[in-house]
Amino acid sequence: MSQLASITLMQNDDARPVIDSIIADNPGVKILTMPGAIKLDCEGKITVNRASVEERLGRPWNLQELHLVLISMAGNLDEDDDYFTLSWRH
Amino acid sequence: MSGTKKLGLRQRYEHMTRGLDWETTYQPMDKVFPYDQFEGIKIKDWSAWEDPFRLTMDAYWKFQAEKERKLYAVLDSFAQNNGQTGISDARYANVLKLFLTGVSPLEYAAHRGFAFTGRHLRGSGTRVACQMQSIDELRHVQTQIHTISHFNKYFDGLSEFPHMHDRVWYLSVPKSFFDDARTAGPFEFMIAVGFSFEYVLTNLLFVPFMSGAAYNGDMSTVTFGFSAQSDESRHMTLGIEVIKFLLEQHPDNLPIVQKWVDKWFWRGHRLLGIVAMMMDYMLPKKVMSWKEAWDIYFTEAGGALFQDLARYGLKMPKGAEIATAEAEHISHQNWCTFYQYTHAAPFHTWMPDNEHLDWLSEKYPNTFDKYYRPRWEQWAKMDKEGKRFYNGALVQLCQTCQIPMVYTEPGDPNTICFRETQHGGQRYHFCSDGCKDIFDNEPEKYIQAWMPVQQIFQGNCGGPTVPDVLNWYNLKFGVDNMDYAGSPDEALWNEWHADKVKAAS
Amino acid sequence: MSVQIKTINLEPKRHTFAHIARRFGEDKPASRYQEATYDVQATENFHYKPLWEPEFWQYDLGKTAVKMADWYKPMDPRQYYYATYNIARANMNQAVERNFTFVDDRGLLTKASGEAQAAIKHGLLPLRHLHWGSNMNMSEACHRGYGTAVTAPFMFSAMDHLGIAQIISRIGLVLDGQTGASLDEAKQSWLFDPMWQETRKLIEDTFVERDWFALFTAQALGVNGVLFAMYYKAMEPAWKDAGMPVSLISEFMTDWLTDESRWSDAVIKTVAAESEDNKALISGWAKNGIVRAVAAAKPLSAALLGDNGAAAEAAGAAALKKAAGLGLVI
Repeated sequence: MSQLASITLMQNDDARPVIDSIIADNPGVKILTMPGAIKLDCEGKITVNRASVEERLGRPWNLQELHLVLISMAGNLDEDDDYFTLSWRH
Repeated sequence: MSGTKKLGLRQRYEHMTRGLDWETTYQPMDKVFPYDQFEGIKIKDWSAWEDPFRLTMDAYWKFQAEKERKLYAVLDSFAQNNGQTGISDARYANVLKLFLTGVSPLEYAAHRGFAFTGRHLRGSGTRVACQMQSIDELRHVQTQIHTISHFNKYFDGLSEFPHMHDRVWYLSVPKSFFDDARTAGPFEFMIAVGFSFEYVLTNLLFVPFMSGAAYNGDMSTVTFGFSAQSDESRHMTLGIEVIKFLLEQHPDNLPIVQKWVDKWFWRGHRLLGIVAMMMDYMLPKKVMSWKEAWDIYFTEAGGALFQDLARYGLKMPKGAEIATAEAEHISHQNWCTFYQYTHAAPFHTWMPDNEHLDWLSEKYPNTFDKYYRPRWEQWAKMDKEGKRFYNGALVQLCQTCQIPMVYTEPGDPNTICFRETQHGGQRYHFCSDGCKDIFDNEPEKYIQAWMPVQQIFQGNCGGPTVPDVLNWYNLKFGVDNMDYAGSPDEALWNEWHADKVKAAS
Repeated sequence: MSVQIKTINLEPKRHTFAHIARRFGEDKPASRYQEATYDVQATENFHYKPLWEPEFWQYDLGKTAVKMADWYKPMDPRQYYYATYNIARANMNQAVERNFTFVDDRGLLTKASGEAQAAIKHGLLPLRHLHWGSNMNMSEACHRGYGTAVTAPFMFSAMDHLGIAQIISRIGLVLDGQTGASLDEAKQSWLFDPMWQETRKLIEDTFVERDWFALFTAQALGVNGVLFAMYYKAMEPAWKDAGMPVSLISEFMTDWLTDESRWSDAVIKTVAAESEDNKALISGWAKNGIVRAVAAAKPLSAALLGDNGAAAEAAGAAALKKAAGLGLVI
């Protein structure tokens, strides 16, 4: 059975670079757009990479800033200074 | 420059949180933590706890302050611009009535509940996570009050929310749900609220609700909602960590945890029926149907989760299949109930119009035309003939979930489902096998329930007649209750919009 | 062609919630603090007795011996609700960040004398455990207390203690080059060093206090009023040549102490003024709390300041004087 790792973000300017970097870094990501929110799903695992967001943002970005735009998620969380990963793999 | 290197998030957090606690010696540990043994949960090693979201207080204050500055800027501008006049339709305000009387007080109860577990669980990492959730939940109730405060200035049915939460018959459904969790032991509370509610079900409450607010032009509610959700994802991580931790700590924990998961899934499913009707019937502009939300957030997301937890031997909650089947019915059965009892509830009801009926037919191809559309058409006909249908009888409530006995048998939508149990020479009634099982596992708890209908019969609710009871609720007849058509809410809305039309012409 | 703009009627139907208008005696606009606080806790028709304490409801007036006709009388003079609380703390914390950077960049702690560093390790760092214990007490008071007016600030206070424990931990991390070794050492002092044992015993005894207002009084007037007041107002000389950087970093705590007592004093004053019975009960708790805190503070001030306990006595005298100012009879 499919196991989607998932992250839902606000649809706003602060979230845009995060959304873009998730789409770029997670091949096969599925996108569900809702009013005000966007749900990104990926089979098994989905990752936000700090470096990737910084590249789009053009400034240093602390991964904990993700809290400001995060709405929901699914998967086991593994969080460090450089990445924020949700996965169903062990 | 000193030669100190920057600590990683993980190490920094451990240094600054773990190790703050110690084994007490002047008072016995079991007296300092008197509540974490009686449930039978075995914890061998609290230090194996994995901290979810390693936030130190400095970061917490910084991020939360930033969220709050943004949120209150939106609330201020919404009020200054009279955003209430720009919502899709005044019917939408009834969603907020349901929310403020039924949901916000639960946020408050969660705040106090997490203060309990934040003090009384023995592991320091766990406690810190619970304490942060405790003040987050306080945030949620307070930002909800502040957001809806502006609507309260114009719309009826909001102004008595704490009073009504303690008294109104159907609000005993959410209240008893949370009282049940609050009065359980600390581990059960964590599974009930942290795992079952926050992880498995909260998305069904907030994401569609808030997307609905956005779509219906309520920018202040969507802002508090999504801002609250950003805390919620932290809470979800706590919830999943708790269950993994308990299951990893000792194999004897599995049957206890499974029983709690079964119980709280079912109780949560019953509670969320109110969200189902909100989505399918109350949002003037609809985002998705309850059934669609259920498929995304329970069948798909819950499926992935329980597939993951299967490695500990945990099974899908009992009743999951029935709940999924009920997703085709529950919103219709609930709205039908409130439509019949519109005189006794402090929000407005209305008949779905043709366009709305067609939408429901499309979204519920298996059930709507067969079971529910004919009923709406019949009631529409009666209404047209001046015989709008009201139900004046006081109905029997389920002893566990406290919802009137309106749900149907699994697989037979034409027969009301009744279950019963004998206990201590008394007969108790239930709406489902799920609710009966919950009672049978803890009858001494559920026989205590403050059952609104029985309380009315016993004369504890202001008097024997419906007007007496409504008066005791502080419900203003003809203002807070009854159909939207003819309500002061509608009159005000029409006035705003008639003037707008005039102003433009 | 003339265009007439007609303003639509946006006169509010009501200015605040009904339960608040009843308190005011009229319908007039309420502050965000008032709307976020008044009557938010459920008060009646509870469903089940707690499995963990079946003698009470989860919200029960009987969990303290003091009696209030209305637990929404002891309001918070700071008018904190979640947003204003967090914004206030975030602002205070900006100075902490600047001060840590200042101290760290100049090596003000790491270059301090061995004597100063030892005093900090054994005399200051263990204080983080006292804050952690205070965090437990304030969480307990939030859990067991009655009415949002007092219980919400209890939780804010709990989080303050956690935040301060973390600031003190950071001092240790600066000293030990981010290894955490100093924190391990400090914990040993907390557990075994004789100068800390009265303090540890005091806080452990508060952990088993069942009356939440007695607990709050002991915490506010004893632990905060004597021990923390002595530390954040009188201890600078104990840190020798590191006195200045420690004071700089402790600015948050000094500000917090002022902020916290403004609120806790107001609560105690209001509740004591309610009745002679309340006054007598609180006076007894306050006296006991202050006396014990002075006894706990003495070995610390003697060892760290070499003053034979004079700083502790002075803090105790100030606490007693303050208690008298709150209407208590000690």
